[in-house]
Amino acid sequence: MLAVGRWLSASGLQMGGNRFSDRLLPLLFVPVIIISVLPMIRLAVEGLFVHGTPSLDYLRDVAQSSQTWRATAHSLYTAGLGTVISLLIGGAFAFLVALTDIRAKAALVFCFMIPMMIPPQITALAWVQLTGPSSALLNAIGMAPAMGSPQPLYSAEGIALLLGIQHASIVFLTLRANLRLLPREQIEAARLAGARGGRLWWQVILPLTSPGLIAGTAMAFVTALGNFGIQAMLGIPGNYITLPTLIYRKLSSFGPSALGEVSVLAMLIGLIAVVGVIIHHRLLSKRDYRLMGVVGRPLDIRLGNRRLVIEIVLWAVLVAILVVPLMALVATSLVPAFGVRLSLDNFSFDAFYQVLFVQPATIRAFHNSLLLAVGAAIVLVGVCLPLAYVIVRRPTRLTRVINLLVEIPYALPGVVLAIACILLFIRIPVLNISLYGTLAIIFVAYLARFLIIALRPVMNSFLQLDPALEEAAQACGAGVGRRLRDILLPLAAPAAAAGALLVFLTAFNELTVSALLWSAGNETLGVLIFNLDDSGDSVMASAVAVMVVGVVVALMTGFQLASRHLPKGVIPWQT
Amino acid sequence: MADINLHNVTKTFGDYRAVNDVSLNIADGEFVALLGPSGCGKTTLLRLLAGFEEPDGGVISLAGQAVADPAAKIMVAPEDRNLGIVFQSYALWPHMSVARNVGYPLEVRKLSRADRDKRIRDALAIVSLGDYADRSPTELSGGQRQRVALARCLVMEPRAVLLDEPLANLDVHLRETMQQAFLDFHRRTGATMVYVTHDQAEAMAMADRIAVMDRGHIRQMAAPETLYREPSDNMVAGFVGAGAVLPVGGFTMQGDGRCAVRIGNADVMARISIEASTHCRAYPARMVPSNDGAAVVDGQMQHQTSLGLCLRPEDVRVDMQGNLTGMVDDCVYLGGRFRLSVRLDGQHSVPVYADQRARIGEQISLSIRDGWVFSRQEAA
Ligand SMILES: Nc1ncnc2c1ncn2[C@@H]1O[C@H](COP(=O)(O)OP(=O)(O)O)[C@@H](O)[C@H]1O
Ligand SMILES: [Mg+2]
Repeated sequence: MLAVGRWLSASGLQMGGNRFSDRLLPLLFVPVIIISVLPMIRLAVEGLFVHGTPSLDYLRDVAQSSQTWRATAHSLYTAGLGTVISLLIGGAFAFLVALTDIRAKAALVFCFMIPMMIPPQITALAWVQLTGPSSALLNAIGMAPAMGSPQPLYSAEGIALLLGIQHASIVFLTLRANLRLLPREQIEAARLAGARGGRLWWQVILPLTSPGLIAGTAMAFVTALGNFGIQAMLGIPGNYITLPTLIYRKLSSFGPSALGEVSVLAMLIGLIAVVGVIIHHRLLSKRDYRLMGVVGRPLDIRLGNRRLVIEIVLWAVLVAILVVPLMALVATSLVPAFGVRLSLDNFSFDAFYQVLFVQPATIRAFHNSLLLAVGAAIVLVGVCLPLAYVIVRRPTRLTRVINLLVEIPYALPGVVLAIACILLFIRIPVLNISLYGTLAIIFVAYLARFLIIALRPVMNSFLQLDPALEEAAQACGAGVGRRLRDILLPLAAPAAAAGALLVFLTAFNELTVSALLWSAGNETLGVLIFNLDDSGDSVMASAVAVMVVGVVVALMTGFQLASRHLPKGVIPWQT
Repeated sequence: MADINLHNVTKTFGDYRAVNDVSLNIADGEFVALLGPSGCGKTTLLRLLAGFEEPDGGVISLAGQAVADPAAKIMVAPEDRNLGIVFQSYALWPHMSVARNVGYPLEVRKLSRADRDKRIRDALAIVSLGDYADRSPTELSGGQRQRVALARCLVMEPRAVLLDEPLANLDVHLRETMQQAFLDFHRRTGATMVYVTHDQAEAMAMADRIAVMDRGHIRQMAAPETLYREPSDNMVAGFVGAGAVLPVGGFTMQGDGRCAVRIGNADVMARISIEASTHCRAYPARMVPSNDGAAVVDGQMQHQTSLGLCLRPEDVRVDMQGNLTGMVDDCVYLGGRFRLSVRLDGQHSVPVYADQRARIGEQISLSIRDGWVFSRQEAA
């Protein structure tokens, strides 16, 4: 705390006359530290201490277990292969959308973003319902494989394929942001120099976009590594265990007594993620492609008569990775009774009715997820408005550090945060209460994990706001409270609302964190789908999933329609 | 309304002194322009006045009361200074109507509705925007927006109005109209105004006095005509108005603030600044007899570079009998007359207005009827 005090006084000096932010800073700084840094410190302590004394026992136990290294190898293989698939799909889409004259780009981008916004356990469920002998869709059209034949997705390659599809949009977004900054003159100069076709792509465009490619690859890899939903839904039935599922298994079979061991495993997965990020920074720092020239009109490479073919291929890929699995999901949710073959005259909405009005467990899960998502959205926006204001308007060393710290819980795989939260809140010192086994622990973890999601849009909007708007009010005699109320809040409101909706969307669908933190009576929707599927009730699981997808697509459409009224950079798929 | 005093005010950003030891006195009701090249610290100085920046040293007072004095730990917040400010970007709030924008200072001061409405109407009438009260600022043109910003200042009856390059975003035609609007505003309200600009024509046209800034310093503060006729140093001479500064070797005092200087092989009569005349006397000077027998202060090397003769185009004429010759370098038609650039002694060019076109390279005779000799050394 001494260091913190020094920081505070140093920043106070820099800020000069602004007493308001002097007071505000520690008020914000302390809770942000508590939810984003303290759990990680607690995690490290748990793994390295046994009964209060420093010890490497847990470390040795974990390192000596062949399970650990098998799971690590599985994690690396699936995340690695998944990243390659993401790179191929996302890269191709980004280049074609950003650089060529294909039509209906907005619609294409919107559809391409949907897989990213659909929760992974639903993606997995949909694909499982599409393939394999019990697929309602394939059975209805009489194309299902014979009963008893294995489900092809319950394998390493199945996991990698779905991870690749789910995270292709991450590569797409980073690469497109890079491509947008590419001055067309550089490519035109290369063409004047005689480069054409493949040479143009390999020698000019690809090297210039390598920063975006590297960043996208790193992000897709780290996200795939921590994607619990797909790894669990496909890996557990297929007995293909990765690090997150190993942690889940240990914790659900042995309970809190396994905490020491799983802390080490969580640190291991966190370490792999950090190494990924470091390699990414290393690679990026070697290439300083300060793009010279003005960023003008985007490039429009003419595809000529190949355009139609390429458009058809792109839309066909979208249909294959988005529409068909969702159709399979819908088909399963309409099956009248387990094992009955679906046809046009026997489909039924009974599962929806059951889920929404009859089954207490599903009703409770809807209720819990709604409560968590709405609560997290409101609290986070309340925190982020002053936090973003201070970070943007009073940049000091301290605010820059906070700006980095709040990234940690979101950047690291979700299981790491979940374990850290269990450790920190299983028995809160001094107060001597436990949050473990309550909805509150999930709520706190959500606050930590999604803070950044709410913060970025609000920061963006403050960055785009002319400081003179606030200074004009100040000159008019308005104190800080009035300025916040009359000027800043109304102007930041659209971004704050967008941030709140994004938090809602993400929290409503969340599985990774809640899978480790839930307890009986405190299930979330993500956990519900996972549990229903686990117990073989794929019809009900699909019904819940269909409703969730409906909510996601409706909210995304709402965003798209409101995009003109939102500041730039607020909608993730339009950055 | 109030006078504004700055005493040795300094503001640093990191190691850079954006405002360096500035002292300035602005009288109540005066219209002062802060003029200087981009990046010289004008905006910083204005923001120090407004209270958005805190000085590192010095004292700023409004109406005799210190509002910023780091030594005495005084720093009055902008909202308590009662100064109006007009930003280059207008800074109108897009979510409020024009009337609410204008009335916001009154809203903050908790005036009654009726009172407020009346004063908003009056203020909008002054800037001729009475019919626009219910519009959104986004529906207005640039000039109209700037007038709304002005009305917003006006309604709060500020002690002074600070304007930061208010016309920089407007097109040329609008600029002249708006200049007139600002002057009208100043005449009607008698408000103290501090007007920041990098456009010398704008400053000359509007201000009672102009403070020329350069690299954080105030170089000279004077009425526009004084600034033009009698620049105090090289920077001011070069920045304000067209003209040329020629280095001068020595001069012969003629009394009455006038002297003769030698340019090429001709003697030119010019006015001389007190600093320049005393500056040279301060050095042990060697008197040498000149052609006409008067004593000449023969500048030594260090003096030669430190004295300058500022010539304005209207001081120089094309004259067949002129005793100065040069070669035409450039000839530009300005409409009604030509501006020639004539190179003397192969080095320095002077601007000349002429009635006739001249060929480039042509030899031409000039006569100089006036000039200004000053010390080119910049005061530290
Ligand atoms: N907030 C700031 N932080 C650091 N440097 C600044 C800041 N504001 C202005 N400066 C620097 O101070 C100098 C003067 O700036 P400014 O007052 O804006 O000049 P002007 O308005 O005359 O163009 C510039 O070099 C600028 O870079
Ligand atoms: Mg400026």
